[in-house]
Amino acid sequence: MKLTVNGEFTHMPDIATVGDLLDHFGVQHQAVAVIANGNIVARDVFRQFTVQTGDTIEIIRFVGGG
Amino acid sequence: MFAFSEIPILQIGSYRFRSRLFVGTGKYDTLDTMRQALEASGTHLVTVALRRVNLKKPDEPTILDAIPSACTVLPNTAGCYTVEEAIQVAHLARASGIGSLIKLEVLGDSDLLWPDPIGTLEATKHLVREGFTVMAYTSPDPILADHLQRAGVHAIMPLGSPIGSGQGILDVRQVSRIKSRVNVPVVVDAGIGSPADAAMAMEAGADAVLVNTAIALARDPVMMAHAMKSAVLAGYWGRQAGRIPKREDARASSPRSGMPHVGP
Repeated sequence: MKLTVNGEFTHMPDIATVGDLLDHFGVQHQAVAVIANGNIVARDVFRQFTVQTGDTIEIIRFVGGG
Repeated sequence: MFAFSEIPILQIGSYRFRSRLFVGTGKYDTLDTMRQALEASGTHLVTVALRRVNLKKPDEPTILDAIPSACTVLPNTAGCYTVEEAIQVAHLARASGIGSLIKLEVLGDSDLLWPDPIGTLEATKHLVREGFTVMAYTSPDPILADHLQRAGVHAIMPLGSPIGSGQGILDVRQVSRIKSRVNVPVVVDAGIGSPADAAMAMEAGADAVLVNTAIALARDPVMMAHAMKSAVLAGYWGRQAGRIPKREDARASSPRSGMPHVGP
């Protein structure tokens, strides 16, 4: 399937949910926030929230800042 | 008299802080240096930013693990130039599960990183309605501070000078003017370059200061964190103690009378 993840156009094996996507990239679920097509995905529905080809996903975390 | 535990608790919304020194987490060489500096500073409130995960290094250590457990985390909306961007970043921060405290930045100029006053006011109104505890980074403007207060802001964070510039507090009278016009806490944010600047802000009536670059990029960040803590306390107590007025002419400290006849 085709996704845009963190600004990069990506071909990847078919996955079903945001949770699968995080697993695919090896990202720990508790450390991140996710935006799917402009909408924030609540952490407790990562495993249910469906991802479809063509979606734009942002995976965000806290970093140092002032 | 030389510990944060001996001065009154500062309340921002429903959050209560012992320390009057807030510290940013950007620009440190290593997370270990940052952790040591945060501990040395005695801070209980630290800022963080939200950025994309580096998908090539998904298991990079997370900054939250290096923040002492006594600290509350204050996410910022740094890098946002519109009201909509700032609101969405605030929502993201809340979705990350660390509460509804937000340091609101709506910037108007990428060279100065100067706040957009109109966007900041608009975003404040919106986020306050949504239940956020809003600490608004603003230009040092007493009238804007009053508008922000009426919008329900929980703390006003006037800049001393441009972010990361180390120029200090260019017009410290603005801190006093803002403080005398609002009831919410005033936190001087941005531009502090040295402990003297931090003390000056506190003497002028700031309730707290926020320091990042001046600690993170000091030759010895941990020592500078100690020094900033001392300076904030010195400024706090200096204000409480009541400084003397400035005068044009000298006032002798030694008695004028009883001068012995000396000399030829």
